[in-house]
Amino acid sequence: MRAFTYERAESAHGAVKAASETPNAKFIAGGTNLLDLMKLEIEAPAHLIDVGRLPLAQIEDTADGGLRIGSMTTNSHVAADARVRSRYPVLTQAIVAGGSGQLRNKATTGGNLLQRTRCAYFYDTAKPCNKRVPGSGCGALEGLNRNSAIFGTSHACIATHASDMAVALAALGAGVETLSPSGEARTFPILELHRLPGETPHIETHLIPGELITAIVLPPPPKGGQVYRKVRDRASYAAGLVSVAVAGGNIALGAVAHKPWRAVDAEAALASGASPAEAIAAELNQARENGDNAFKINLVRRLVPAAIDQANGRGA
Amino acid sequence: MRTTITVNGEARALDVDPRTTLLDALRETLGLTGSKKGCDHGQCGACTVLLNGVRINSCLSLAVMHDGDAVTTIEGVGGVEKLHPLQTAFLTEDAFQCGYCTPGQICSALGMLSEVAENWPSQETADLTGKIALTDDELRERMSGNICRCSAYPQIVAAIKSYAGEPA
Repeated sequence: MRAFTYERAESAHGAVKAASETPNAKFIAGGTNLLDLMKLEIEAPAHLIDVGRLPLAQIEDTADGGLRIGSMTTNSHVAADARVRSRYPVLTQAIVAGGSGQLRNKATTGGNLLQRTRCAYFYDTAKPCNKRVPGSGCGALEGLNRNSAIFGTSHACIATHASDMAVALAALGAGVETLSPSGEARTFPILELHRLPGETPHIETHLIPGELITAIVLPPPPKGGQVYRKVRDRASYAAGLVSVAVAGGNIALGAVAHKPWRAVDAEAALASGASPAEAIAAELNQARENGDNAFKINLVRRLVPAAIDQANGRGA
Repeated sequence: MRTTITVNGEARALDVDPRTTLLDALRETLGLTGSKKGCDHGQCGACTVLLNGVRINSCLSLAVMHDGDAVTTIEGVGGVEKLHPLQTAFLTEDAFQCGYCTPGQICSALGMLSEVAENWPSQETADLTGKIALTDDELRERMSGNICRCSAYPQIVAAIKSYAGEPA
């Protein structure tokens, strides 16, 4: 691990100020992803600003019947919250499908959203990776790409976003609340948080440098059933091959793109009366495979209609 | 960098490089070598300790992040002089071979049982609004963050069930 200096933020405003004034600074909260990457020197911040004890760990009802989840809540606490379990079961199901008990007890809501990809070429510092070293190339394009993306890829990067939680939040139409270094708060849809790789896969979000996620805002639950389904190589504690969150008429896919992938073409088809199978076929018109990941297309084709039926109480 | 952590009930003042993980502080600075370093990346669970009563991977946290926190390691759970009943259950059920993962398994199991007592759900929990029963599937799912390369899993499940008061 490279040497760094450390400070504990006393306030959210102090944290964003420090982040904007200190070169190569990073926020740390749970640390479960960042420290893993720092040990491998994939991340090498010169300064850590510990935001883990900021008073942003509450889950509150909002006036319109939704929930506001502070960014420093742990994954475990969000999953176990009675309001989340009864009104947003897809969120609880997604969270407990990710990581292990120990990780979920430490990992935070904000950190979960900002975790880095698990692409093997990102993790192997001896291999090219445009996300880790811009301009070095993409080893996955013609390499071991079984876990790679099938939607929204570019010639520079086919990595996937690894969060389960974010897939459920995308289906629920959550908002992201942030504080910018200038002290301004803003709220925007979670689908506008993460970027597609394009030419700059090292830039993963639309956050400005030093901007801190302070909360996730859930609108009232959509009408209709909810379910999260995840397919993976082993039964527990493994990254997804494909996952899907269904919340009413909303569908989001995980492990298939550089960001949680809202299946808007499938949603539109469903809304106009298509069958679940026809709907996902419409979405898959834009899927692209790179060899080893071709099976994901068929997996999406089979998993999504099953999840839609399950959410609507038509078999499992 | 100075930090004070209450370890097994005793306040311990440390002066560590910020890079020092909680695991390395416990093992190298305080000499508490019960917590084990397996993968050092949060994948094996051998480093599991209780942080303010909640199980975490001590390898994926920095010591300086825990000023004022209370940490319980396997040395604080029990030892040769006075075994914790779960340690006794591991002996009775033969729940290990090499023993390297055992401190993490035991700390993790104690944390896991507290989570069940608080009715926290897992992916095996079909009814998210009901009372959770600690079935074998629930127990195995909840312990999936602890790997045993000797593969003593059936005996580990039996030991935890025996301690938790269910017939093995």
